[in-house]
Amino acid sequence: MPHYMLSVHSVEGQAREPMTEEEMRRSHQLLSTVEEEMKESGMWVFSGRLHEADTATVVRTAGRQTVTTDGPFTESKDHLGGFYVIRADDLDAALALAAKVTAAIDTPIEVRPFAATSEE
Amino acid sequence: MIEESRDAIGRIFRQEYGRSLAMLIGLFGDIDVAEDAVQEAYALALDKWPTDGLPPNPGGWITTTARNRAIDRLRRRTRERYLLGEAALLAGDGPPQEGGDMSDDRLKLIFTCCHPALAAETQVALTLRLLGGLSTEQVARSFLVAEPAMAQRLVRAKRKIKAARIPYRTPAVHELPDRLPPVLAVIYLIYTTGHSGPEEPGLCGEAIRLARLLAALMPDEPEVSGLLALLLLIESRRAARTRPDGSLAVLGEQDRDRWDRGLIEEGHAIVRRCLARDRPGPYQLQAAINAVHADAAAAADTDWSQIVALYDHLYALTPTPVVALNRAIAIGEAHGPATALALIDRLEAELGQYYPFHAARADLLRRLNRYSEAAAAYQRAAALAPPGAERDFLHHGGRTPRP
Repeated sequence: MPHYMLSVHSVEGQAREPMTEEEMRRSHQLLSTVEEEMKESGMWVFSGRLHEADTATVVRTAGRQTVTTDGPFTESKDHLGGFYVIRADDLDAALALAAKVTAAIDTPIEVRPFAATSEE
Repeated sequence: MIEESRDAIGRIFRQEYGRSLAMLIGLFGDIDVAEDAVQEAYALALDKWPTDGLPPNPGGWITTTARNRAIDRLRRRTRERYLLGEAALLAGDGPPQEGGDMSDDRLKLIFTCCHPALAAETQVALTLRLLGGLSTEQVARSFLVAEPAMAQRLVRAKRKIKAARIPYRTPAVHELPDRLPPVLAVIYLIYTTGHSGPEEPGLCGEAIRLARLLAALMPDEPEVSGLLALLLLIESRRAARTRPDGSLAVLGEQDRDRWDRGLIEEGHAIVRRCLARDRPGPYQLQAAINAVHADAAAAADTDWSQIVALYDHLYALTPTPVVALNRAIAIGEAHGPATALALIDRLEAELGQYYPFHAARADLLRRLNRYSEAAAAYQRAAALAPPGAERDFLHHGGRTPRP
């Protein structure tokens, strides 16, 4: 079955109303319902939430030296905040799941197929 | 003689292309395999038919030959052996069946081409290429882009369909509100592309075929019926749009005896059924407007107040500047050119680059006896219009040039 990565993007300093405690609880509730559903249906493979982009470090080679720099690889307002790796029948099934996640947490989700998986 | 039969074969091919391709994609689940096989079958037809004559069922011949070619090719490719088993199972030994299942394949292919994961302009290009049977060059020409750019766009779209697994299926009922509008828009665009480009009259027929197919398979979707009725009613006037010398005849000047009564009656019947259902949408309203035109025995008998009322309704649903322009033109017929001109002039900022805006202004100015302003507006419209009978008409100040 094809695998997809649903990457959750967080936009820095996005002008949004801060969530009330009640809204935050509701959002968590919705998200855990979706995640349970993912696991029960066998679509869930792996998921993770990342710390803020300013905790990132980039390692690269310059000549023979290894250079380590503080901060994310691209300086942008939009960073990967977390991801789900799922298996789904087709793009529609993956998009339907992404729609549920975005409805719960209100951030854009990028859906992208894996080039190949060990199961294929 | 040979050239003539090549043209005839080309026409048959364009008519059958979408059907054959959809069927093969259904069998093999791979757009590239299907496309290559259908192209090979066409090359074979060009080779054989001019000397052997047409087979009894040319469309069936193309599909069967393409299917056999694809099976041959897959047999040579061990990697796809599993596909072969599936295909052989599905295909059997007999010729492909006409009707039901094949129609359903084309419907699935429309929904694949118009999937929301593809950009809107790609949806149209892909539908024209895969279902309309247009070459990449023809699709590029109808979008006014260079052929390599169009080829790249099509390759990218097919790669995305394959890699992301955009499904080849008809969406479930609950998905339709999201998935149906682009499909309807694409069929309408295919029709209008055929309508405005004299080199692709086959596109009008293909669009109507697709609309009929969709309407037969989705009888409970009033907008699908509305689109079909709209296309039939516009199509009923197509012959009358051109005078014997090839120049354009606008609606008010058309010879109404040349309107196709059969298409009008069919369109009318669908509009009546839509009205009875009372779930009006933009396509149904546009069909109703065209039905009012079809009702008038002469241009002077047109019930313009009813057309204005329908445009009011349409504008409430889709408040676009183009609808506002058409509504204003109808108001001009019902209440005089001065009222309409005042309404139209307000749309300048939004429609200044849209040639029908200048054409409509020109016509109103002419009727108000403001001739020099009218002439300037006609020239502006002609400069913006695409080449063709309509531009010639505008270029001659809204009059048909007489030899």
